[in-house]
Amino acid sequence: MTPDTGPAIRTEDLRKTYKSSRGDVPAVRGIDLSVESGQFFGLLGPNGAGKSTTIGMLTTLVLPTGGRAWVAGKDVVADPVGVKRRIGVVTQNNTLDMQLTVAENLEFRSRFFGLGLREASRRATQLLEVFGLADRRKAMSTDLSGGQAKRLLIARALVHRPDVLFLDEPTAGLDPQTRVNLWDILGVLHGEGQTILLTTHYMEEAEALCEQVAVIDHGEVLASGTVNELKDGTGAETVITVRYEETVPAGVTVRAGLTDRPGVSKVEADGDYIRVFTREPEGVLGELVNVGSAAGLTVRDATQLKPSLETVFLTLTGREYRE
Amino acid sequence: MTTTTTKTTTKTAPVTAEHPGVPSASQIAALIAEAPEPRPTLIKTFNAMMAREFRVLRRNAIATFTRAVMQPLLFVFVFAYVFPKIGGGFNLGGGAAASGGGAVNFATILVPGLMASMLLMQGIMAVTFPLVMEFSWQRTIEDRALAPVPIKVLAIQKITAGAVQSFIGACIVFPIVLLVHAAGQAPHVHVTNWGLFALILVFASLLTSSLGLLLGTIMDPRKMQMLFAVILLPATMLGCVYYPWSALHHIRWLQIVVLVNPMVYMSEGLRAVLTPSLGHMPLWGVLLALVGGTVVFSYLGTRTFTKRVLN
Repeated sequence: MTPDTGPAIRTEDLRKTYKSSRGDVPAVRGIDLSVESGQFFGLLGPNGAGKSTTIGMLTTLVLPTGGRAWVAGKDVVADPVGVKRRIGVVTQNNTLDMQLTVAENLEFRSRFFGLGLREASRRATQLLEVFGLADRRKAMSTDLSGGQAKRLLIARALVHRPDVLFLDEPTAGLDPQTRVNLWDILGVLHGEGQTILLTTHYMEEAEALCEQVAVIDHGEVLASGTVNELKDGTGAETVITVRYEETVPAGVTVRAGLTDRPGVSKVEADGDYIRVFTREPEGVLGELVNVGSAAGLTVRDATQLKPSLETVFLTLTGREYRE
Repeated sequence: MTTTTTKTTTKTAPVTAEHPGVPSASQIAALIAEAPEPRPTLIKTFNAMMAREFRVLRRNAIATFTRAVMQPLLFVFVFAYVFPKIGGGFNLGGGAAASGGGAVNFATILVPGLMASMLLMQGIMAVTFPLVMEFSWQRTIEDRALAPVPIKVLAIQKITAGAVQSFIGACIVFPIVLLVHAAGQAPHVHVTNWGLFALILVFASLLTSSLGLLLGTIMDPRKMQMLFAVILLPATMLGCVYYPWSALHHIRWLQIVVLVNPMVYMSEGLRAVLTPSLGHMPLWGVLLALVGGTVVFSYLGTRTFTKRVLN
């Protein structure tokens, strides 16, 4: 057992395989994470990468099929109640109690955590004030807008001062204004020392908020570190992709000497596109157009991605993030 | 997008109810600093969950009350008032009278039967329907599942809350079936043992709500209408609600087949304490079935519930 003073979250070869009629479906295939107390940690990956399953296991609602995990020093399988006492969870879905009002959602959650009636009511008032929901306290929770519901979910996760705050895709489906508003709230929370683990499939969300990021896909961690470390490492290159109307003939890139250009680390030609990974992107795009026309190809479209988590993902998986 | 542009957008955005701005660092700091120390215990959390049920029940009081009153009221109105008035041709009680001995009107048979039927209805309505909603696509069940107690406790709490509603439902039916009837058609109800009456009511309530939990966790939400066709309707029609079990001796195979129906024991148990003059099943058999059924359904329901919550 990890001592209480250890990392806020730790996993060892954490696995989850779902049984289905069509056989075993591995969702998480051995994840090792370590999140320090006070850290803002991002789990980044496309839809279906295994993020929600991972957060489900850490919050005790999904049973792992292999490996171990500790949250706030408590084993998620051996002591789920101990874990639940110490965490706040903002679920991806709107899991507000539909039968209760806005204030009651907070009051009853407080009482579930052992607060007395008066204490629960005082805490609810304070949370509603801070999260800008004071004028909606008597509304039924079903009457809230998407952004208001999300704020209430965050408020509800904070009733008992959790050691770790989990947020599963907190801004999915929100309008841009509400989204940046939430980012700022999370930023302030983190500034006050709150440990946060957030999953997101938005690159820019991870870049804007997280100190540490783990990029996951197909249930595995592809890379982890600070956003800058990732950009300086695997994804330090600009990625230039040109697609043509026709299939790229074999050998074109070699004959054109693209791999010999200074700064170029990799050139891919597959199907209808040529993709160049380079630290010196100047003039590469023009050259790709020229190479194409020399080979009788017509350019359909071209993209140039500056070093970002998106290029990290592209470099690691060979797939575009939003494919 | 970068953080810099983000901050700019926020600052220039109008502060409205929809976008009330961002709480200041000092507000958030106070929120964290003043957060009460959680001191959950199993009992406190359980009680808080029960309090939540009663809050919801109170909020929906009119709907719940109407639901509990309408069915028995219409039943006794038609069977104990309309039928005797329009000529008494409807003489279901005859067979029962033959087996039970003495003249028995239909209202007498209906009192325990309708109470049992109401217990089942309330148990299912109070547990199964909300549960199916909570397990549907938004999985609002996660709200309660994240409370600091084992999932099992949540299941037991749901059975308890359902049983309370069932019990209240049966108590509402009692005066209705007792009082609504045509002149001279009053049911012959005589409670000699109130303790036994309460005991049977309590176990019947627990039985229906634990059955409700089991059904709520195994039902496919898209096939909810099947619940009526496959469970509620057969359970009621073949649950000795409208005829005593002993009267079924004319159809021996049916008398044996209906023994799988938990409703039979609820109806017969109530019959034994409310209208003892009528033939009824031996009490020990009734109690054994009620307690045994509660234990089995609670065990299975808690298991399937836990499996559904922890996927």
